[in-house]
Amino acid sequence: MSEHSKNLAHHFSNTEQQFESGKLGMWLFLATEILLFGGLFAAYAVYRANHPEIFEYAHQYLDRNLGALNTVVLICSSFTMAWGVRMAQLGKKKQLLWSLMLTLLLAIAFLGVKGVEYESKWKHGLLWGKNYNPVEHVEAAPEHGIVGEAAPVDAPEVPTGENASLIAPAKTGPSGMVHDSHGEAEAHEDAPHNVHIFFGIYFLMTGLHGLHVLIGMGLILWIFARSYWGHFGPDYYTPVDLVGLYWHLVDLIWIFLFPLLYLIR
Amino acid sequence: MSDASNTHKPHVVDAKILVGVWLGLLFLTFVTVAATWVDLGALNIWLALAIATVKASLVAAYFMHLRYDKPFNTLILITSLVFLMLFVGILLLDTGQYAGDIIDQAAPALQH
Repeated sequence: MSEHSKNLAHHFSNTEQQFESGKLGMWLFLATEILLFGGLFAAYAVYRANHPEIFEYAHQYLDRNLGALNTVVLICSSFTMAWGVRMAQLGKKKQLLWSLMLTLLLAIAFLGVKGVEYESKWKHGLLWGKNYNPVEHVEAAPEHGIVGEAAPVDAPEVPTGENASLIAPAKTGPSGMVHDSHGEAEAHEDAPHNVHIFFGIYFLMTGLHGLHVLIGMGLILWIFARSYWGHFGPDYYTPVDLVGLYWHLVDLIWIFLFPLLYLIR
Repeated sequence: MSDASNTHKPHVVDAKILVGVWLGLLFLTFVTVAATWVDLGALNIWLALAIATVKASLVAAYFMHLRYDKPFNTLILITSLVFLMLFVGILLLDTGQYAGDIIDQAAPALQH
């Protein structure tokens, strides 16, 4: 009892057991996270297997430079996080605080880039479902930056004109059997049907990922404060380690999202 | 068992390893972008996924410390991935079964 650590909860025999239990629990949670994203990866796989033309067409609207930049940003933040865990283990408080601060700044940078991308999609009407109403047909829209004109993001009740040809109305049968009776598809003539499906999947996957980035930022802020208060050192750094694991998982998911969404061709 | 063996002592990953993994990940990010400049047809997606898997393994083994942990944590990760692959794999088998029933031209990519 004399050696009882102040960080040891009474239901653990020793700090080793406590640390291992914490890690085991975290890994079980991360496994459920993988399965949570798994549902979206499954949706991606099924739609892409059935409609590759949608993915090949629509992914050209994504800016792969910004996607690559965000990949680099997230990898760097993973590194600073791993470095932070190392500093916590070595009891170097100042460097731990710097590592966490850098990680947080990189996370903000990631969300900033993501925000620029989302805004561009929004302005161009490249959204999910009925909100998919491309303002104009531009091969490389994102490269031109944000076009000033507002997109009709609220889909009209009855699609007319060019919008009608994008999604075949049910009564005219499945796409492909539809002959554009209005013949007004000039702006999107080469666009496959149901492109909005890609953007639905894109926004769900990157959105859920972005939510994880936000939660991760909150957790990093929390351990930043606790590090500042001097809670962590070589004897006890479990929360830093576990938040680190969460943050690396966010990086892991993005490592797969980047080629799957941005680098289709 | 002495008290010392039950007290948690951190395994500190060497700084060189962390920096090396970081540089390796940046390099592989470049490779995955460069891989799209070459048209390999259907192989492109598998190449991209293979590179992503190597990157993910690096992150998991070193940044996430799995290499130095008890192997049970790795087992949990691999189990979740196996179930994910079963899930996606069986879904794809299923949707493939319906390909022949789909009205002609409804899903152009499935024809032939």
